[in-house]
Amino acid sequence: MAQPLVKKDDDRDDEADYSPFLGIEKGAVLQEARVFNDPQLDPRRCSQVITKLLYLLNQGETFTKVEATEVFFAVTKLFQSKDIGLRRMVYVMIKELSPSADEVIIVTSSLMKDMTSKTDMYRANAIRVLCRITDGTLLTQIERYLKQAIVDKNPVVASAALVSGIHLLQTNPEIVKRWSNEVQEAVQSRAALVQFHALALLHQIRQNDRLAVNKLVSSLTKGSVRSPLAQCLLIRYTSQVIRESANNNQAGDRPFYDFLEGCLRHKAEMVIFEAARAITELNGVTSRELTPAITVLQLFLSSSKPVLRFAAVRTLNKVAMTHPMAVTNCNIDMESLISDQNRSIATLAITTLLKTGNESSVDRLMKQITNFMSDIADEFKIVVVEAIRSLCLKFPLKHRSLMNFLSNILREEGGFEYKKAIVDSIVILIRDIPEAKESGLLHLCEFIEDCEFTYLSTQILHFLGIEGPKTSDPSKYIRYIYNRVHLENATVRAGAVSTLAKFGAMVDTLKPRVFVLLRRCLFENDDEVRDRATLYINTLGGDGAVVETGEDVKEFLFGSLDIPLVNLENSLKNYEPSEESFDINSVPKEVKTQPLAEKKAPGKKPTGLGASPAGPPSTVDAYEKLLSSIPEFANFGKLFKSSAPVELTEAETEYAVNVVKHIFDGHVVFQYNCTNTIPEQLLENVTVIVDASEAEEFAEVASKPLRSLPYDSPGQTFVAFEKPEGVPAVGKFSNMLRFIVKEVDPSTGEAEDDGVEDEYQLEELEVVAADYMLKVGVSNFRNAWETMDADCERVDEYGLGPRESLAEAVNAVINLLGMQPCEGTEVVPNNSRSHTCLLSGVYIGNVKVLVRLQFGLDGPKDVAMKLAVRSEDEAVSDAIHEIVASG
Amino acid sequence: MELCPLIKNILLLDSEGKRIAVKYYSDDWPTNSAKEAFEKAVFAKTQKTNARTDAEITMFDNYVVVYKFVQDLHFFVTGGENENEIILAAVLQGFFDAVGLLLRGTVDKKEALENLDLILLCLDEIVDGGIILETDANVIAGKVASHSMDAGAPLSEQTITQALATAREHLTRSLLK
Repeated sequence: MAQPLVKKDDDRDDEADYSPFLGIEKGAVLQEARVFNDPQLDPRRCSQVITKLLYLLNQGETFTKVEATEVFFAVTKLFQSKDIGLRRMVYVMIKELSPSADEVIIVTSSLMKDMTSKTDMYRANAIRVLCRITDGTLLTQIERYLKQAIVDKNPVVASAALVSGIHLLQTNPEIVKRWSNEVQEAVQSRAALVQFHALALLHQIRQNDRLAVNKLVSSLTKGSVRSPLAQCLLIRYTSQVIRESANNNQAGDRPFYDFLEGCLRHKAEMVIFEAARAITELNGVTSRELTPAITVLQLFLSSSKPVLRFAAVRTLNKVAMTHPMAVTNCNIDMESLISDQNRSIATLAITTLLKTGNESSVDRLMKQITNFMSDIADEFKIVVVEAIRSLCLKFPLKHRSLMNFLSNILREEGGFEYKKAIVDSIVILIRDIPEAKESGLLHLCEFIEDCEFTYLSTQILHFLGIEGPKTSDPSKYIRYIYNRVHLENATVRAGAVSTLAKFGAMVDTLKPRVFVLLRRCLFENDDEVRDRATLYINTLGGDGAVVETGEDVKEFLFGSLDIPLVNLENSLKNYEPSEESFDINSVPKEVKTQPLAEKKAPGKKPTGLGASPAGPPSTVDAYEKLLSSIPEFANFGKLFKSSAPVELTEAETEYAVNVVKHIFDGHVVFQYNCTNTIPEQLLENVTVIVDASEAEEFAEVASKPLRSLPYDSPGQTFVAFEKPEGVPAVGKFSNMLRFIVKEVDPSTGEAEDDGVEDEYQLEELEVVAADYMLKVGVSNFRNAWETMDADCERVDEYGLGPRESLAEAVNAVINLLGMQPCEGTEVVPNNSRSHTCLLSGVYIGNVKVLVRLQFGLDGPKDVAMKLAVRSEDEAVSDAIHEIVASG
Repeated sequence: MELCPLIKNILLLDSEGKRIAVKYYSDDWPTNSAKEAFEKAVFAKTQKTNARTDAEITMFDNYVVVYKFVQDLHFFVTGGENENEIILAAVLQGFFDAVGLLLRGTVDKKEALENLDLILLCLDEIVDGGIILETDANVIAGKVASHSMDAGAPLSEQTITQALATAREHLTRSLLK
């Protein structure tokens, strides 16, 4: 911990600030550089000046173009001197100045002379300098020397040439690739570092030729590599080969695993660790393969070197995410690391333990963590809080001690991010573990009594307003909330008033008391707080009597705005004050999908307060709401299923359109989500013309055009079809987007008055059998299967023909049927030759369907399948067979 | 995917976090102020730790930083998030020990500044454009110190005693100037 800083001895105090560069000034040093031009060079003096120049550059000083050029030309004069020390400084200086192409020419001949010098140090350094500053045209001239240098008997020269080759490969690959033979020879060098550099270059030359890399790895893994660094490289190349061959080689032992395992017994720690890490990162690593790697990492855990402990615990932490059981053996060593001086190691150890711990060890662990929390920084605490949250979700029975822990640390000192992490965790636990709700809410209440962060206070108040009234004794929260009205800033006070109103609306017995409290707020100084109080007193109505609150009032208080806020914001920005008032119905309801952004941040979980407390409404609910708000579709009955969006355009086209298929009992509605990606255009009256000639059973009944589609603000248009009731009709539809396009002046955003009618061809869309199947799982497949009438069972066998793999065949059938795989049977173990898959679902007409699929490999690639279907209706069982037979 | 171990930077700071000599091999810090911000943050994060007997290590902004302190000198080596920590530690040890050899055991800020040319050459011999050139302190110090050797003497035949002798000679010289 706090280690006394460097002792400042008294006798040194007076010269503590002494530095040979004290008061150094660029201008003066540039003046000094004139000695480079002296006819009689003083090497020592020149060296000192170069050091000063380098010192200036190192401190962040910059030279102007003129200054740099001047210095560069002066420095080139120094090649006249034979002093080796000075020459070394000249090399470094030239690299630092990174001269321009026309300047390079000046030194080229000097450097080329050095490159062929008898002095190894000259050769090595001249190669590095020349390759650094050259622009490629020169390269052909010196190529011959470089090839020689690669196989030079002096390792420093060889390394210099090889490393330069690695850099040059980026800019001049075709030249460097011609050195392959020399590089290959250098791989066999007896000098460790030469071998390392040669291997790195050879691999980079061949990296796009998978076969060559394979050959390289297989020959070298037989053991001719001496340098530990080269061995580390070889391990990395080997894992790459394993990764790339894994896809088409499912049978037999993993190639090269023995090599990796052998490296675990290497002399050098860096190789042992590299191999252990490589093994833990193998795709689909088995516990048998993991064991030896975990064993060496465990040894590292008790090493005296912090770097080894850190490396091991960081790797084990990663393994714990996927194979917690494999790491449990290390738990004892891991626990002793909690008190490690290095807090990074301690934090990693704790979070690993939290991942591998079982229910019985939680309490003990929590005790250790409590001591630990007081002396780590916020950033580590956040990591621990997140680990505890997932632990609590894993062991809900332990919520009491974990919730207590969270509330304790919530009371301690900490910055905003840390506090937010704790509050978010408590909110998530309240949401997911019902038993934790009351204690969690009280902890939050206590927190806002003394919370310095307005944001957190208002968020908690909002959350209280939603969850509080549903608890067994809502009245106990009122005090906490009303205290906020007294003691806080205006933003929090306004939030507290809204929360009070929610309690009043939901809990009829509390209404009179809430009324009294709200009345007091009418004398507020702050406009917003006072306005809210007035508004709520009027909406709650009833003059403070115990009366039931009307539905519409509740809707007003609790109902979520069913429009994305971003869209509302956009629309409000575009709205210009006029006679016509702002119409909230004109705001597009389509949520902009951001699949890319989500992929980029896989680690980011939705945090508690940001997400709505009841969890985001499922998309089906959202669709149902949307569709029922359209009068044309209101009488279609209950929505059976909505498909995932299907893209009808290529990515990055002018107009992006995808379609969602909504299946009703007797109708199908296509919802076309359109986005206009051209800033200079405004589309109006957008419709999709659907040709259903290849879908005989469907008849178009209605279509709802989109009035206007401005740039980058998605909108929807709908087309509805009638189909025979309860029949899973299928068919193909071709689509044409038709619209009136108006030019928009991008500077003003105003559209021209006249538009031109235009069309845009979209891709075809299909209604398939799977659209009529809902994915509904069953908890116990066997029970469900047994209880289903065996008379409605239909069994048949199918040949699926040659398939890439068994897993691929299984997936294909699951997708074809659109059913929910049960009991994890959608996963096909590696190398298996047969597989049973269980599926369940609900077919249109609310008929439960269970499917048992048995797959077998017939010959090398041919897949055969036995399909057994049970459902409540034998016609449906037949229909399932029909789907498979025609698919 | 980059498979070759890469060094992002090597830093030598004083006990207040000020630069003695630094070398960046990556474009992650394009400006001097970005570099200074990084150095400041690294220094603040490691300042209170005890890295005097063994090299210490920390994670920082998706970089792995290994470091070791002696007197009023702070040595750092930075690598990417997925770099093998032990390789980084080997580079740090090479740098640290080579500086120790070149400064003949008196390793402190004053001595380092007075022999800044040796330190800069040392950095130049350890890593080239991010690729590790050498991690053996004796070899590194030998290469740096060789610069007052006779032009004809091949480096490979030069023993470490000779290397130290030249280093010593250089030192006396710099003290006398």
